[in-house]
Amino acid sequence: MTETTETTKTAETSETTKTTKTAETSETTETTGTADDTTQVEPLLRVRGLVRHFPITKGLLKRKVGAVQAVDGIDFDVRPGETLGVVGESGCGKSTTGRLITRLDEPTGGSIEFQGTDITHLSQGKLRPMRRDIQMIFQDPYGSLNPRHTIGAIVSTPFRLQGVEPEGGVKKEVQRLLELVGLSPEHYNRYPHEFSGGQRQRIGIARALALKPKLVVADEPVSALDVSIQAQVVNLMDDLQEELGLTYVIIAHDLSVIRHVSDRIAVMYLGKIVELADRASLYETPMHPYTTALLSAVPVPDPRRRTQRERILLKGDVPSPINPPSGCRFRTRCWKATEECATTEPPLVALRTGHQVACHHPENAPQERPVDAT
Amino acid sequence: MTDSSDDKAGAAEAAKAPSAFLEVRDLKVHFPTDDGLVKSVDGLTFSLEKGKTLGIVGESGSGKSVTSLAVMGLHRAARRERNKVRMSGEIWLDGKELVGADPDEVRRLRGRRMAMIFQDPLSALHPFYTVGNQIVEAYRVHHDVSRKTARKRAVEMLDRVGIPQPDKRVDDHPHQFSGGMRQRAMIAMALVNNPELLIADEPTTALDVTVQAQILDLIRDLQKEFGSAVILITHDLGVVAELADDLLVMYGGRCVERGPSEKVFSRPQHPYTWGLLGSMPRIDRDQTDRLIPVKGSPPSLINVPSGCAFNPRCPYADVPADDLTRTVRPELREAADGHFSACHMAPEERERIWTEEIAPKL
Repeated sequence: MTETTETTKTAETSETTKTTKTAETSETTETTGTADDTTQVEPLLRVRGLVRHFPITKGLLKRKVGAVQAVDGIDFDVRPGETLGVVGESGCGKSTTGRLITRLDEPTGGSIEFQGTDITHLSQGKLRPMRRDIQMIFQDPYGSLNPRHTIGAIVSTPFRLQGVEPEGGVKKEVQRLLELVGLSPEHYNRYPHEFSGGQRQRIGIARALALKPKLVVADEPVSALDVSIQAQVVNLMDDLQEELGLTYVIIAHDLSVIRHVSDRIAVMYLGKIVELADRASLYETPMHPYTTALLSAVPVPDPRRRTQRERILLKGDVPSPINPPSGCRFRTRCWKATEECATTEPPLVALRTGHQVACHHPENAPQERPVDAT
Repeated sequence: MTDSSDDKAGAAEAAKAPSAFLEVRDLKVHFPTDDGLVKSVDGLTFSLEKGKTLGIVGESGSGKSVTSLAVMGLHRAARRERNKVRMSGEIWLDGKELVGADPDEVRRLRGRRMAMIFQDPLSALHPFYTVGNQIVEAYRVHHDVSRKTARKRAVEMLDRVGIPQPDKRVDDHPHQFSGGMRQRAMIAMALVNNPELLIADEPTTALDVTVQAQILDLIRDLQKEFGSAVILITHDLGVVAELADDLLVMYGGRCVERGPSEKVFSRPQHPYTWGLLGSMPRIDRDQTDRLIPVKGSPPSLINVPSGCAFNPRCPYADVPADDLTRTVRPELREAADGHFSACHMAPEERERIWTEEIAPKL
């Protein structure tokens, strides 16, 4: 990934991020929005207070008896050219977030702005032109390709749906795309079952790239693949980003993969972002206890280390998102939890430049408390 | 995995019962299909002592799960019904040969002396019966006890694997358990008869990292307590490094490298193992710019490449002279103490490549 450009970008935005993020509690969304407009780097995607509750209904009249709070008020920006990694355990809302920002699902609340346009509640018809710019790569390379369509048909579908006539004709363009992702142009007339998992994932990537999107959301792009193939696909996505100037949001549960691919990383827990930081500071000095625990649980392929390292074992399971704990949602499993955690929900604030965390008792925190909320 | 000289040993010696607790010799499992003979496991030899853990690593289709099902005698049922599986070789469990044994005899061993933890607890547990019932059943098949005693035992086991309020949860159905709890329930079921051999086939693949860490700790503790032999099958090198004493790397139905896990991780001998290590992003090392993937895809088990099965993907396939890699299948050879690998390159050459070319890039 473009290491150098990213660092400069971070530096540029650092001043502004500091102020914005601190102010970013949900009530001040509006002011934050305007404040942000003055920054030099306009984010490609801006998400504020995003909420998605899935209603639980009962009886004939579908009376609403509760809601699965899959995503419950999250704020983040995606800057052009960067890779934002979203990581968390199953049920933390990371996939729902992916589906919301690609507008495959409609948010219950909050706002999503893509290049300054509010797309939160756009109708399908109005969304269509936006779809060219936001594409998705799916997890399951078996489920996401229609077995009755040829590869040519699958990869050319975006052109058909959008009524785009690429230069030199659809077939030629599809063959170029297939070559771009490391497949042979002769695969045009073959069917998905003739391909291995890794090759299918490449087909999915070719389809996502057909319309030259600006933002690509990849939901667990490599988790269904074998180790040796995973690395091929990760490297391919890396090359494509450099070549085509793509912006990625990569959703995954594997912390090692996320570290490898991302510039900045958001850690989610029960529908909330608990920590958002650039790669180096998140992995070297994680501040949220949950992040610390997650990192310590990653198995390391080195048998000599198993005796040395300290592992934080979390007790129990993730609580139900139907009825999340009051205050800080992580407090039921947190070893640092105090009374304050049960009553007050910690806001996501920047404790260091570019490092936001939502915790009352952060680890590795700088001496003084926040860079301050105004 | 102590080594045996079986590879070279004659038939006469092979007929003798081995000293190791579990010994697999030249195991072959082939499935005839319309497209040809699928050689899932093609000549695998290893042994395992009580109290030790053997990790079997490989990609999908390398034959690791088929091996474990063969040890459990679970291919046999299919053979009877549809006359399908072709199995040969020997599997010795505590002095008893299992490949040629009477199915009823193997059934008496299965669940009592050897047990298995499957990857997906939701499909391995029966959705209709309560968790307790399923554990009780597993216990009563092998022990002539009353329902009440068996139930008490089930509660005790659930408690042992860390299910909260086991006396209440014992009456829950699997869907009322979370993923991690289901996996714990499966472990409870597998351990209810104190098996001496426990096979865990991708026990944590479906779980989140924090739960994975809990389950790995549980398996380690239980092994210490019961002194069982454990075979841990996984594609995740991180998971084996946590638990395994010995490591066996499989590729295309055969073992390409085996040895004490510390040695295999610190001085891997086979180019495929190097490939696996290079493919993994690692959290314990400095950030690398690029991963070093293995080119190509895993081989078809119907048309396994001639010579070394890894040769089409091996960056060093041309190093040995005379096109050896494409014509002759390399045998497992001992390079260092207890550390075997199947490669045509000279050990010194591989040592050099590892230290000079591979290790610095990882």
